[in-house]
Amino acid sequence: MFDLKRKINNINLTRFRFWFQIIAFALIVYGGYVSLDLGDKLPTFACVFNGEGTGGKCYVGELQHNLKQPFETFIGFAGYTFLISLIMFMVWFWVLNKSWCGFVCPLGTMQDWLTALREKLKIRFSEYSWASRGNIKIIKYILLILLLIIPVMISNSILGLPKLPNGLSMPFCDICPGRMLIPAFTGNFNQFYIDFSSKTDLVMTTLGMIIVGLFLVGSFIKKRFFCYFCPMAALQYIFSKPALLKLYKDGAKCTRCGDCYRACDMDILEIADDVKSKNLVTEDCILCLKCIAACPEDGCLEANFIGITIFESTKEGFILRMAMSQQKELHE
Amino acid sequence: MSNTNHNIESPKEKQNRHKAMEAIKLLNTLREDFKEPIESMEYFYDLFERVHCKHESLHDDKTKIGTMCIQIPSEIIYALDGVPIRLCNGFYTDDEIGSDLMPQKACPLIKATVGHFASGNFTDKPDIVFSPTTCDQKTKAGTTIESFGYKLIDVDFPRTKESEASREYWRRSVKQFAVELSKFQGKKLTKTNLRNAIKKIGYAQSLYHKLSEFRKNDIIPILGMDVFLVTNAFFFDKIDNWIEATEKLLSELEIRAKEKITVTGKASPRIIYTGSPPIFPNYKIPQIIEESDGIIVADETCSSNRMFNDMVAVDEWNIYDMMDSISDKYLKACTCPIFTKNEDRIRRVVQLAREYKADGVIYQAFAGCTVYEMEQRSVLEAMEKEGIPILYLESDYSPSQGGQLSTRVEAFIESLKTRRRNKK
Repeated sequence: MFDLKRKINNINLTRFRFWFQIIAFALIVYGGYVSLDLGDKLPTFACVFNGEGTGGKCYVGELQHNLKQPFETFIGFAGYTFLISLIMFMVWFWVLNKSWCGFVCPLGTMQDWLTALREKLKIRFSEYSWASRGNIKIIKYILLILLLIIPVMISNSILGLPKLPNGLSMPFCDICPGRMLIPAFTGNFNQFYIDFSSKTDLVMTTLGMIIVGLFLVGSFIKKRFFCYFCPMAALQYIFSKPALLKLYKDGAKCTRCGDCYRACDMDILEIADDVKSKNLVTEDCILCLKCIAACPEDGCLEANFIGITIFESTKEGFILRMAMSQQKELHE
Repeated sequence: MSNTNHNIESPKEKQNRHKAMEAIKLLNTLREDFKEPIESMEYFYDLFERVHCKHESLHDDKTKIGTMCIQIPSEIIYALDGVPIRLCNGFYTDDEIGSDLMPQKACPLIKATVGHFASGNFTDKPDIVFSPTTCDQKTKAGTTIESFGYKLIDVDFPRTKESEASREYWRRSVKQFAVELSKFQGKKLTKTNLRNAIKKIGYAQSLYHKLSEFRKNDIIPILGMDVFLVTNAFFFDKIDNWIEATEKLLSELEIRAKEKITVTGKASPRIIYTGSPPIFPNYKIPQIIEESDGIIVADETCSSNRMFNDMVAVDEWNIYDMMDSISDKYLKACTCPIFTKNEDRIRRVVQLAREYKADGVIYQAFAGCTVYEMEQRSVLEAMEKEGIPILYLESDYSPSQGGQLSTRVEAFIESLKTRRRNKK
């Protein structure tokens, strides 16, 4: 038991995540071909537009669909459906917490691949200034509110405003880069289009095309560029407290060396500077566990599943991961 | 009668003789006065004897890069094929020379360092000196040293570490330092040479961490003074030799731990040492502690723990990220009292006390080291809150005040013993 624990703590997380993400990516993007169906309430971008290939479907799509109901039906069965879906979503989400983002999300994985490519090309990543980093936090909530309210406004007139056109029934999907990129992995490039059939469609699909371009360029120069704005992350964070998987910190052991902060793809300052909180799953955390792998203090950071420590920072693990465990010279 | 040759001793010879006396006195104490001496420590005793008594130089064939403080990244120096020599000085002889050049109330460490430069009497004379602008006295000492004709370059160091600006500022300073050194050495920093240097120093640090593990045991196989000697040797030793000697030391400690060989008495109180750094041969306070039946189990000083504790953590092994990681290591993790706020230092001492099951803390400040003197109050308050006994001492390099200090230390250690008995 002790040996197994030590082995896990000494794991090469980069390699583990790389393969885990590939497997998760395959299941979600190609799982449908082997009749995998995880339902349509997944807390990750398993794209509904991926047709036969998809191994499950994204809850955000379902959510928008559920909300596009007139108030009268929503009070009845539609509301009931909505609740059931939400509960299903939460159950899925609680198992892995935000690790859905760090380990499963195909859009996240794609961004990590672009990051790896950039690293290979020896190009430095860019960062936001701390002030801008703080300011952009709100964008994901704005997107979430929009994607919740727009479908409602299609079927209902709110505050006497006219109803919105039906072309907006899946407003987030229209602009989500996953709609174009995920099907592309199964050879389906049909989602790259601009729809001229109505003004709404024209605007939304054009926005979509722009955003997919931004996604590709952005995540090449900034690690996890898209995740900063992801409304799914905002939705998840609302339900994050009771989740089973947690990232805990023992502030007393922290020297605030900032190694975790520098490893963090989401530039979360609290991970290094907060020595008071125990639960460090903050709103932008993707629970990729890179901070634990980068922490040199024994037991300072840990991934905890229902009260059991499954992976924790150790000096030994740190030294192994940084390849400082033996005197070895590399040659050019 | 008048046939004998009378040689008048030159100032340099006198300095050498006095320094040799200081050095050998301490080395002999370490070799002979304590029980169960460690065989593999002989390498370190001999190293200090060779350098300070026999005046052997160690790095004839290499460019010697003098550093005035802990913040100059050795990783970059090794990557550019230089040898870092940390010039913080612990000799009373040099302190006296420096006294003529510095204000009367200056810190003995600075006085000794300036005195050493003033004498120009080095076994390994630095070819260039980098001086980070850490505390006031070190910052200002740079100009004095420069006036003796040394090539000295200031490296801007911020005195806050929480802000984004200070982080950026220091990263730029480190880059600038690398550029200057690269020019001086006529060598380029590459991904490979920097990575090798990071890994080599990381490995050396990992050995220090292993060494520290033994000091967490109930039965302690090594003296705190010996550990100070090992870490002080890292200031100037050939790194490969140091690594080899420390590996040997570790395997001997492994055996000693198994055979339960201890250097302490039956109930020696475990002490955390914090404050102004003990630098060879100024082991005045550690010596009093360990001669009074205390045992130093850990320290929070820049001549030992602070120098080794934090390793460079790189996320992307390209030059850009390696440079940033190096910069951050020397700024973010540092608990030097020159910083505006220093909760980190307090938290660190508390954590060390817990981890090493310490009975008490001894806080030493050099008379004249304003920042350590100033921080004393907040540390004492915090320790009181935590219920950790602490003793605050002021000392300097003079050999004269031994009696008064040892009375206080002995009383403190006795009180720790009583406290422990009462707990049981």
